[in-house]
Amino acid sequence: MNLNLTMLVQAGFFFLFVWFSKVYVWTPLISALNERKTKIADGLAAAEKGQAAEEEARKEAEQVIAEAKNQASQIIANAEKRGGVVVEEAKATASSEKERIIASAQAEVEQDVHKARESLRTQVSSIAVAAAGKIAAKEIDESAHADLLQDLVQQLES
Amino acid sequence: MAATNPTPSEFIRHHLTNLTYGQHPDGSWGLAESAQQAADMGMMAFHVDSLFWSLVLGVTFLWVFRSVAKKATAGEPGMMQNFVEWIVEFIDDNVRGSFRAKNDLVAPMALTLFCWIFLMNFMDLLPVEVLPRAAEFFFGLHFQKIVPSTDPNITFGLGLSVFGLMLYYSLKIKGPIGFAAELTMHPFEAKNPLLKVLFIPVNFFLEFVSLISKPISHSLRLFGNMYAGEMIFILISIMFSSLSAWILVGGALQFVWAVFHILIITLQAFIFMVLTIVYMDMAHDNHAH
Repeated sequence: MNLNLTMLVQAGFFFLFVWFSKVYVWTPLISALNERKTKIADGLAAAEKGQAAEEEARKEAEQVIAEAKNQASQIIANAEKRGGVVVEEAKATASSEKERIIASAQAEVEQDVHKARESLRTQVSSIAVAAAGKIAAKEIDESAHADLLQDLVQQLES
Repeated sequence: MAATNPTPSEFIRHHLTNLTYGQHPDGSWGLAESAQQAADMGMMAFHVDSLFWSLVLGVTFLWVFRSVAKKATAGEPGMMQNFVEWIVEFIDDNVRGSFRAKNDLVAPMALTLFCWIFLMNFMDLLPVEVLPRAAEFFFGLHFQKIVPSTDPNITFGLGLSVFGLMLYYSLKIKGPIGFAAELTMHPFEAKNPLLKVLFIPVNFFLEFVSLISKPISHSLRLFGNMYAGEMIFILISIMFSSLSAWILVGGALQFVWAVFHILIITLQAFIFMVLTIVYMDMAHDNHAH
């Protein structure tokens, strides 16, 4: 075992290499590793946050949908109710109109009947007078028997 | 390697000799031509092969990691970045687990040691003869030990550097008095002042031995494991270079040992790193006595 100056040179290499390794190898590598560690931690935190936000958004959306459904059913119910009312109203209007139309028609008919009766009466009275005139032309004085004729006309009227 | 067939002991000795550049006894500097010449150089020598491979592997590690670190993004990592981050996080976990104080140098040091030592140990898995033969063929180099961690100079270079840092931080964090107290007031404690003074030399002896044994065991553990592993590879290769009938058995052994060695090289790199972290933690452990 011959120990010699090799040892000193090797020690020199050692210190040189350790210095180089510390300054140019270890420091940049460790800082890159640490940086990645924080990056990953940040990423995980962000992912968790995103998940929470998503969960919240989902809940909110569910709530909104439920509300909308509720509203929609309410609107439908309202519409149905309103529809019923409108139909009822229409029915009522229609029936009252019908009655009105019937009544007016009846009145018209009655009027016509009355008119016809009136004209008939006038005609009958004149015919009767004419007939009576003809029958009693000689023996009855028209003015003397006016009361009788008037009586007759009134009987016809009734 | 000599042209004639070497004897097994020549072969082993050849493989255990470093390419040495140093001062010959006559004062001139040059490459050692033989193991004897290398030994004669004594302290004034450099193991060119160990240092070369150590440097190449260290630079390879830093280059790969630097090229990833330059483009490192906090976004989606690429294949290479994934791999590098995997290692970095593994080291970071280990440092966090054993090092309780705050010091930004420890983690990069652990990373450097783990990767660098792993790569140096990994050279053990290359066939023993390939690179030395290539070095001889292309550059005319007679010796080539390609596994830097089988060279005690390399492991002591690392272990003593860590020890130096440990002493430095001990003195810095605990102060000279705190550090001295740590060395002298344990493991025997006493309330009586006289007894306390009497215990100081005993404590100091015990603590000093345990302190000194740290860098030695740290360095020798790595060296011993890798040296033994390399030796087994050399022995297996001797086995089938001596007799061609052994090729199948030798090949199978080589494979089995290589597979087992993958575990050893990783484990030894890991142990060296963990001990470094633990020693640094001890240096920062400032519990008032």
